[in-house]
Amino acid sequence: MIIESLRSIGHRIVNAVWRIGYASRFFMLILLYSGVSFRRFHLIIKEIFSSGVMSLIIILVAGLFVGMVLGLQGYETLKRYGAESALGSLVALSLVRELGPVLGALLFASRAGSAMTAEIGLMKATDQISAMALMAINPIARLVAPRFWAGVISVPLLTALFSVMGVFGGYIVGVVLIGVDQGSFWSQMQAGVDFRYDILNGMIKSAVFGVVVTVIALFEGYDAPPTAEGVSGATTRTVVQSSLAILFLDFILTAFMFQGE
Amino acid sequence: MSSQALVEIRDVNFGYDSRLILKGANLTLPKGKVIAVMGGSGSGKTTLLQLIAGALKPSSGYVKVDGQVIHKLDHKGLFRMRRKMGMLFQFGALFTDMSVYDNVAFQMREHTDLPEEIIRDLVLMKLHAVGLRGTEHLMPAELSGGMARRVALARTVALDPTLIMYDEPFTGLDPISLSVVANLIRRLNDALGATSVVVTHDVRESLKIVDYIYFIADGVVAAEGTPDEIRASDKPFVHQFMHGEMDGPVPFHFPTGDYRQDLNLRP
Repeated sequence: MIIESLRSIGHRIVNAVWRIGYASRFFMLILLYSGVSFRRFHLIIKEIFSSGVMSLIIILVAGLFVGMVLGLQGYETLKRYGAESALGSLVALSLVRELGPVLGALLFASRAGSAMTAEIGLMKATDQISAMALMAINPIARLVAPRFWAGVISVPLLTALFSVMGVFGGYIVGVVLIGVDQGSFWSQMQAGVDFRYDILNGMIKSAVFGVVVTVIALFEGYDAPPTAEGVSGATTRTVVQSSLAILFLDFILTAFMFQGE
Repeated sequence: MSSQALVEIRDVNFGYDSRLILKGANLTLPKGKVIAVMGGSGSGKTTLLQLIAGALKPSSGYVKVDGQVIHKLDHKGLFRMRRKMGMLFQFGALFTDMSVYDNVAFQMREHTDLPEEIIRDLVLMKLHAVGLRGTEHLMPAELSGGMARRVALARTVALDPTLIMYDEPFTGLDPISLSVVANLIRRLNDALGATSVVVTHDVRESLKIVDYIYFIADGVVAAEGTPDEIRASDKPFVHQFMHGEMDGPVPFHFPTGDYRQDLNLRP
């Protein structure tokens, strides 16, 4: 019984290590075959539309509501210390450092990442990928690499828009509804947010999340067993693994970026 | 068959894990002919196509296409060779995010520098050849099974391949579509001067259009011959296959233990 359990655990660990190896090799192949995508940039543009532009609504709406909640919660907390004027700074810092990159990437993973996995997985299940390979066209160069670069470009842009909408939401609640002074809201934000330290680090985070989410989504789709259960399992794995990877990497990156502040 | 061989398959062994699918298969596909490969499900027919296309490597033996051993080619060599091949998949495998026009134009855009006006004319010619000119704006989801198979056929022959492979092209087609696709296979082969290999279960339709037939069973060629020779064959396997008999050399029951023992009955 114990031996069986140990064997099962060992088997899972070995499988996980193999999959990480395959995923790393897959990532290297994407980079290796990215030349076609850049020579024919319209392939990337098309994918930016389907993964980035089509995620705009959910990103903008989520950003607005997150900013509004931040405005409410921030005001309630700051009021206790008589620091309501720092609301602008609190909303902006929370968004550009943490909530923007993390929630933006999580939403991208569930909206566009799952769609990428399902699309590639179904293309595999219906022999479309094999057909492409037999036409002497490399599926990684033609199908996967444009989607990868579209994800890498889209996530930071969506994150920036998420943060902008969040700031707008915080402004509506804080200034328009509650009545915080408009001048102090914006001036505190301008004084409290550093371009390199806060905004740039936030964008670096979102770029890293973009790479990780897109590679996971594409790998799971490309590696999915060619059955209905296989594709549905791969889609689930994309969302779960991407979410965990985002949160884990967020901790690591934050520890490096904001140490000793 | 006397014509010069385009594909030679010699003593090919191939298996998945420990299960051996092909056990020393030998086939020759002469230039300009339409050859059918038949056999029961799981007999290795599709595996044979994948070996010819270089998607799989034999564990021993070799597959030669146009004088070159496929599994010894490097990545570039293999892709160069595949540009001379076309393959029609069982359900067409059309790119579902592209229109009929873009599907047929796909290889032309990927492999040539032809201007769009020429590509347009070529696409219309290919679609006309399969009787589907006028459908270029439709998406694959808007096509019937038979139409999708014909569009896939137009895409397969888009760059006039010298070797065309068909993986069960008649599956799921109504009698009219089936007859249309079968006739197209023959006509396109002759018009392009190509060589075609058709993996199929459909005995009746295949015998009308092919020049030669191989039967695969137990990983080897169990029988071969022209349609007339096959019709006249008295081999038990060929007889069972041709007449769709339930039992014979291909058993109805999956090999397993004693039935009475499974039901806990005394012998």
